[in-house]
Amino acid sequence: MTTTPRWRALTQHHLFWPVAVLVVLLLINVPFTPDFFSIKMTDGHLYGSLVSIVLFGSPLILVAVGMTLVIATGGIDLSVGAVVAITGALTCSYISDQADQDSLSGVFLALGIGLVAAVVCGLWNGFLVARMGIQPIIATLIIMVAGRGVAQLITDGQIITINSEPYKLIGGGYWLTLPFSIFVVAAVVAVTVALTRRTALGLLVESVGGNAEASRLVGIRSMRIKIMVYVFCALCAGIAGLMISSNTSAADGNNAGLWIELDAILAVVIGGTSLLGGRFSIGGTVVGALVIQTLTTTIYTIGVPTQTNLVFKAAVVIVVCLLQSPKFRAKVFGNKFGSGAGSGAKGGGTSAATPADTAPTTAAAPKMEVS
Amino acid sequence: MSTATKTPTAPDSRRTPSRAAQLLGDRRLPVVVTATLFLVMYLVGLGRYQNYGFGEPQVFLNLFIDNGYLLVAAVGATFVILSGGIDLSVGSVIGFTTMLTAWLVEKQGLPILVVIPIALGVGAFGGFLMGYVIHNFEIQPFIVTLAGLFLFRGLCLIISKESIAIDDSSVSSMAQAQAQLGVGFLSIGAIIALVVLAIAFYVLHYTRFGRRVYAIGGNEQSALLMGLPQGGTKIAVYTVSGFCSALAGLLFTLYIQSGDPLHATGMELDAIAAVVIGGTLLTGGSGYVVGTLFGVLVLGLIKSIIQFEGTLSSWWTKIATGVLLCAFILIQRAMTARKKT
Repeated sequence: MTTTPRWRALTQHHLFWPVAVLVVLLLINVPFTPDFFSIKMTDGHLYGSLVSIVLFGSPLILVAVGMTLVIATGGIDLSVGAVVAITGALTCSYISDQADQDSLSGVFLALGIGLVAAVVCGLWNGFLVARMGIQPIIATLIIMVAGRGVAQLITDGQIITINSEPYKLIGGGYWLTLPFSIFVVAAVVAVTVALTRRTALGLLVESVGGNAEASRLVGIRSMRIKIMVYVFCALCAGIAGLMISSNTSAADGNNAGLWIELDAILAVVIGGTSLLGGRFSIGGTVVGALVIQTLTTTIYTIGVPTQTNLVFKAAVVIVVCLLQSPKFRAKVFGNKFGSGAGSGAKGGGTSAATPADTAPTTAAAPKMEVS
Repeated sequence: MSTATKTPTAPDSRRTPSRAAQLLGDRRLPVVVTATLFLVMYLVGLGRYQNYGFGEPQVFLNLFIDNGYLLVAAVGATFVILSGGIDLSVGSVIGFTTMLTAWLVEKQGLPILVVIPIALGVGAFGGFLMGYVIHNFEIQPFIVTLAGLFLFRGLCLIISKESIAIDDSSVSSMAQAQAQLGVGFLSIGAIIALVVLAIAFYVLHYTRFGRRVYAIGGNEQSALLMGLPQGGTKIAVYTVSGFCSALAGLLFTLYIQSGDPLHATGMELDAIAAVVIGGTLLTGGSGYVVGTLFGVLVLGLIKSIIQFEGTLSSWWTKIATGVLLCAFILIQRAMTARKKT
């Protein structure tokens, strides 16, 4: 009753909760490191906590952006971590076989080989999901399990180290005072946003996620759209794999990109994209990935022992998910947020267990929300 | 997949009630296929490595000894998957249990008989909490159990970053106890695993709880409309999974006699793979816990064969598991597609 309409409109914006969490996390750092927000210029490179958050978060952002589109079609891609490992392994093993590791043509060819492998993985996932009609979670589980074995097969169980200046640029180099990876991420995000929001593609993806069969009946080639998003997701994962292996100048078939699929799914969920599909928010995903990276950085800066990192992560996941759960908000905040905040799906009812109350939620779940 | 159970409109949710009914006839087929595969693999192994002692009955019994913990974890995962959910926290809970047990026994000096109920209780409580959140706040199981994965792995590291070896005499005597079977022996872990399997079989097929699990997995909406106490069942399923994971963790502790914060990383994938290879549909509502047994045995046999082969590296296990997973998924798909038309 006391809340103004403007406040309510703000809290209902789909980016409100993720951004709020991000801001709170950033502010927590200030008492511990007063110059947290300052950015210094050293040797022509910009340094600062904010820059490193984006730098270290860039592989995650890439993977999460690809994952967003897959989740928007109602799918999920568990194989991204394995794709990261395969791409890194192939590229590094190709570069390490060369006489001159600094030759540009060799590096480009290696990048090409790595990315083609990623695209092949994406095509395979897309084929299984769209063509064979297998549930995404199992279809992508295959590459998740086998992919790491393949990556180890490529590297022969070793960690391949390389010494290639041009390749180093992707994940560890600087360009125009900023880390080069930031530009890569910015480019991928910009292209994705342009393709999904400036063309009908985003709408088609959401429509397939909302109801694949209905989309097909109105003339959308849902099969093609689905294959496309899996290929795109694998491609993003491939670029992230290049970035990770370039940053360390090494390919580790076993550990590269380990659990990145979970972090990416987390980023997508924190960003407000429903796992049920039918709507997505690229901006939210980027914020979500930044939240995860900021959390890691925060744990380092405030001096909490690093082994508690995972516990904190779990706590944040639960808090963010609970805040996004209409039911939880209705219970805890009562009428304040509950009555309007359920994105229309729920009327703030506390009679949670009654069948009549649950049915409308599921019916209204694949809602369209074009932002 | 979890989401498919919630939205009838979700893509790829091919699981309509009518299809479930159609499937009734050959629901047992995947289990038979897996069992046949196991037999064929065993016979091939027998032919190939007979001179190296593959034919010894103990090699067969070792499958149970070496995979007892996986079997228990997979049985827990079967419950969750049958109900249409998924539990990603299995591996972490196993790791946490090994850590907790080792820490309580070695650093706190508690007798193992006191530690066992504590460990089981913690695991079951963790599962209960996850189930509670999943049901009451309608957050996807995938995300909640993912948080569980992080939480338990983090708790492992908080207990200790180093691995803790267990030298306690009662633990090692338990670990070394053998039940003679005439042709060979089974460890306590293997026997417990088989008992768990038997109990799970009974519960799933002969109790009301088991029917509710199948009903919710088959179609949550229908189960709800029929008036089944859906919430309680859901929470119970995750509690069972948490309990099984903790028990698997105890068996794992007995098996390697140490606690390590990185034990059983990724074992949830093995458990899920075993369940899928065993013929349980990940959408829920269809499958048998006996299939899970064969799934675990097949995975174990792959490991044994790779050991007997000698020249193959360990990562071939992963590749073989992936290939098998793929084959079984395609078989399941082909079966359901043929039934449909």
